[in-house]
Amino acid sequence: MAERFTKSMARNIYLGGSAFFVLLFLALTFDTQSRAMPERDNRDQLTEQVVRGKHVWENNNCVGCHSLMGEGAYFAPELANVFDRRGGGDSEVFKAYMNAWMNAMPTNVPGRRQMPQFNLTDQEIEDLAAFLEWTSKIDDNGWPPNIEG
Amino acid sequence: MKYESQRVAMPYFIFALILFAGQIVFGLVLGLQYVVGDFLFPEIPFNVARMVHTNLLIVWLLFGFMGATYYLVPEEAQTELYSPLLAWILFWVFAVAGTLTILGYLFVDYATLADVTMNKLLPTMGREFLEQPTITKIGIALVVVGFLFNILMTALKGRKTVVNIVLITGLIGLAVLWLFSFYNPGNLTLDKYFWWFVVHLWVEGVWELIMGAILAYVLIKITGVDREVIEKWLYVIIAMALITGIIGTGHHFFWIGPPEYWLWLGSVFSALEPLPFFMMVLFAFNMINRRRRNHPNKAAMLWAMGTAVMAFLGAGVWGFLHTLAPVNYYTHGSQITAAHGHMAFYGAYVMIVLTIISYAMPIMRGRPYGNSNTAQVLEMWGFWLMTISMVFITLFLTGAGILQIWLQRIPESGEALSFMATQDNIALFYWMRLVAGCFFLAGLIVYFGSFFIKGQASPSEEVRGPATADA
Repeated sequence: MAERFTKSMARNIYLGGSAFFVLLFLALTFDTQSRAMPERDNRDQLTEQVVRGKHVWENNNCVGCHSLMGEGAYFAPELANVFDRRGGGDSEVFKAYMNAWMNAMPTNVPGRRQMPQFNLTDQEIEDLAAFLEWTSKIDDNGWPPNIEG
Repeated sequence: MKYESQRVAMPYFIFALILFAGQIVFGLVLGLQYVVGDFLFPEIPFNVARMVHTNLLIVWLLFGFMGATYYLVPEEAQTELYSPLLAWILFWVFAVAGTLTILGYLFVDYATLADVTMNKLLPTMGREFLEQPTITKIGIALVVVGFLFNILMTALKGRKTVVNIVLITGLIGLAVLWLFSFYNPGNLTLDKYFWWFVVHLWVEGVWELIMGAILAYVLIKITGVDREVIEKWLYVIIAMALITGIIGTGHHFFWIGPPEYWLWLGSVFSALEPLPFFMMVLFAFNMINRRRRNHPNKAAMLWAMGTAVMAFLGAGVWGFLHTLAPVNYYTHGSQITAAHGHMAFYGAYVMIVLTIISYAMPIMRGRPYGNSNTAQVLEMWGFWLMTISMVFITLFLTGAGILQIWLQRIPESGEALSFMATQDNIALFYWMRLVAGCFFLAGLIVYFGSFFIKGQASPSEEVRGPATADA
């Protein structure tokens, strides 16, 4: 680097630049969270059951195999749109599907990826279904590209 | 080693390397489970092995960063560490807590672990990379606070160098951002948004400060270049890292709820994120070209160049490949993400820790000029085996990802293959990735072997006049 560019100039770019972008990031975060998100995450439908379902999701480390809105592990299918893929967008169909699926695991087909048996109660499965249904309705800019996730 | 208390870095480095070995073993388990789905099922299901793999990585890198800090801060400040005893106590607390957590993952069913650690009082578990029981998270916070206290007391009483200031700024950022791991609201979109405050702002923010500072320190030591020059580079690099990386967080906000303006902000700023890594490459090679001595620890120099190049490839190039929103729409959450994750973590953070270990361990073991030539040759074999294996792991995962996108993402609904059908179609790439992983393990074994060779190198020769006094 040219000698005219001094260390103190470099330091000032670092301090000024990072301070500016930290503040900008905080301002954008404020805008995102206070103005935009309430309209996009349909929080009026965020019932206690949905929150219970989120805890079922977390307590069984589902994200250790599956992805949810594309985040998580990539060992098992995406589940943010499983309500549409397997439930056809119908709550009752989806609950029935979830109940059958969770109780049928593991398949024990030799050599195939196996999903553990989590021994969830019917109530927990229903909560989990409610959580996944709510998640499927978040405005996610149209991701994933198709139903397969 | 100029100060006796620097030696407390040694247990941190050794424990870090032990956990590294564990991480690789579980990586191979995962690689095998990708193709032999029921391998070790139900004893170690995929999610457990993955949690062990990623959490070991995070914890061993933290051990590595702490060891690096304990080693270089006293020397930079020209004073003994404030409290070596505290450093030893925190070592054991962290080592025991970390080990218990990993054993908990392996031997206790996760839901039971959540239950017995009273997760429901403050639910923080079950999120990617933040799977630790809440009590472990609190433990990490306390260890980091004690560590920062020790380091700040050391740095404040001594010489204030740019390396120390940048390193400590990064570590304070690491500690502050960790607090977001305790925020887990019932609203998934909020949860995800602030989850990235830990994950992204660590690895694409404050950790780059830590990496830059460690790299600058090692370059001062091995090249003997005037620290004024090196410090100027360091400032420019971290300025670029934060200017691009903070708003660059937006590339994670594309598809998880936040509004559309993040598609633009995230794309533009994260497209610039390779810049600081590219500058690190220029930095490392420039300083080494301008070296005032031929340091006899050639292995450390190789690691320093290697980490700059591999971080640029893994974090920079492989990050850029899928960071633009129109591309990421198809690649998000595919094997492309896994490819990028592997090479970025290896190149930037694994290799920077191995760089400082390569430089500092021989000195702490009473070999001030480095290990013997034989040991260095072996270490460099380890370097090349691990690094080339990681390149192939990344290439195979990228191949898997491209095919996955082609089969599963691009066709219309109804014509696209399902996730599991796609996985069957790309199994060949997973097999090749597993083979590359086995070579990585071989490289790790060779690397470990280099530690057991006796002897040391002779003093350095000066090539361009005397090296600076404090190098």
